[in-house]
Amino acid sequence: MLNQTKIQSKLLVALAASALLVACKSTPIADKPAAVEDKSPSAQDANGADTGGIKEVAIDSNANDSNNPLKDPNNILSKRNIYFDFDSDTIRAEYRPNIEAHAKYLLAHADAKTILQGNTDERGAREYNLSLGQRRSVAVKKALNLLGVKDSQIETVSYGEEKATPNCADEDCFQLNRYVGIVYAND
Amino acid sequence: MNLIRLVYFFVISLITFPVSAALEIEISGGSAQQIPIAVVPFGNAAISKENISNIINADLKRSGLFRILETRGMANLPTSASQIKYAEWSALQAQAIVVGNVEAVSGGRLKVSFQLMDVLKQTQLAGMDYQLAPSQARATAHKIADVIYQKLTGEQGIFASRIAYITKLGNRFALQVADADGYNPQTVVSSNEPIISPAWSPDGTKLAYVSFEKKKPIVFVQSLMSGSRNMVANFKGNNSAPAWSPDGSKLAIVLTYGANSQIYTIDVNGGNLKQVIKSSAIDTEPAFSRDGNWIYFTSDRGGKPQIYKVPVGGGSVSRVTFEGSYNVSPRFSPDGKSLVYIRNDGGKFRVALQDLASGQVQLLSEGSQDESPSFAPNGRVILYATKAGGRGSLAAVSSDGKVRQRLSESRGDVREPAWGPINN
Repeated sequence: MLNQTKIQSKLLVALAASALLVACKSTPIADKPAAVEDKSPSAQDANGADTGGIKEVAIDSNANDSNNPLKDPNNILSKRNIYFDFDSDTIRAEYRPNIEAHAKYLLAHADAKTILQGNTDERGAREYNLSLGQRRSVAVKKALNLLGVKDSQIETVSYGEEKATPNCADEDCFQLNRYVGIVYAND
Repeated sequence: MNLIRLVYFFVISLITFPVSAALEIEISGGSAQQIPIAVVPFGNAAISKENISNIINADLKRSGLFRILETRGMANLPTSASQIKYAEWSALQAQAIVVGNVEAVSGGRLKVSFQLMDVLKQTQLAGMDYQLAPSQARATAHKIADVIYQKLTGEQGIFASRIAYITKLGNRFALQVADADGYNPQTVVSSNEPIISPAWSPDGTKLAYVSFEKKKPIVFVQSLMSGSRNMVANFKGNNSAPAWSPDGSKLAIVLTYGANSQIYTIDVNGGNLKQVIKSSAIDTEPAFSRDGNWIYFTSDRGGKPQIYKVPVGGGSVSRVTFEGSYNVSPRFSPDGKSLVYIRNDGGKFRVALQDLASGQVQLLSEGSQDESPSFAPNGRVILYATKAGGRGSLAAVSSDGKVRQRLSESRGDVREPAWGPINN
């Protein structure tokens, strides 16, 4: 700060005074059109047009669901969530058929791209959970790789515990938050 | 969000219970007893909208190191040292007395003076005059409390420092900064997407944090004064867990690209990206040692998350935590001699304090979902996130486990506290 004219120095004093208190300039980040909170995994399953956490992709809600195997509730491809045990990235045997079905679909549709979104329950450290969610999405990616799917068709991201249902009281609730969501860019 | 008000609840001080004789034996260091102190209402206190002596009282009380004596019934309430009738105050068993005065001076400013006196010796321990804008009254009261605390305990005061934390109200996330007593909350950045992992620059002028505003985690550094912010790390995959080097020149960060979380260092301007260690496991939550030579971090390379350390330039990794199956979120004490982290203790996530020389560990918190521990800049208190009544809130515990505080807010969730440095 330099010596200035009287007016300027008054201004500086005022600035310094406010700086001494709590000088923070707030940066609001523009509101986004869709709310992305607190979507339960089951809600994502039931409604393919859900925007919770998947706004990277443009989902065409006009797609004819009954003709789209990815959305046909009778098709295993519509089962998009792979659930995990606490602090684990091991894919349970029960999800083998789901992964195989998605691998088959991706191999048959070379232009299809999937985003694997890792999630955790709210317990433990946020940053570790972010890594754990990533690890889960990588585990699903590797399973798809083993079945022949190329990396170019797969993107892995993690939301950690940020999309978890708040205030779970028991394992029935926690377990629903520990999953990788298999999302398609061209549903 | 500015309406959110943090209110401190002074919950427990074990040493105030008369039955704590057995516990007192365990107390080490110079603060086994609370110092009885009288803070006399300042003369012309009403000139200032904020009651300065009340703020000083609240600060000292919250530390747990002082017994605040009631002055209301006293016949004489001195406002300067020359007016003190010491016999009256030693009858109250006061060891120290604080007197002061507020005065209106030219330019709409205030002059606040105080004296801290030793009641037994009848000598002055500290005394100062401040000239300030009326809006600085709280900050000045905190500075006075810091002087008193420092004189009587020999430790640096932290009342004039600030804390950062994340709030979530409805769908809105905000990174806020407030005084150490929770007053004057101000929003630094807000978003409809999550904001996590705030970290103070060592000089207290900037905050690094992770924002999901572009639908994936990206590391930003923002100046508190100007509000200008830089995207420091926006690489493919996740960018997260910023930690400042002690000299403030670089950050340790975590990147994933297409695989697991790995630790890198990067200059604060975004250049000079270097991978610190390569592994196939999760490596995350880096924290620089105080000498800047080591990075401590969380890794599940042994199967379960534990804390490890590695030289900043890379090299061999050694394990730091051995007890328990889940130890995460390491943070150093200001003197670098101890490490605080979160341990899963039989399903309960709690704050653990480890002495690095002896390896001895003490569990300090009592919640079941405690997270994000952060040392006060004098090392005396650890601030952390907890759950209360189904909502995220903040809590603090003294590093000896004797004094506990809860900070609760009127609405929404509060989480991920980070205590800022002392900047004079």
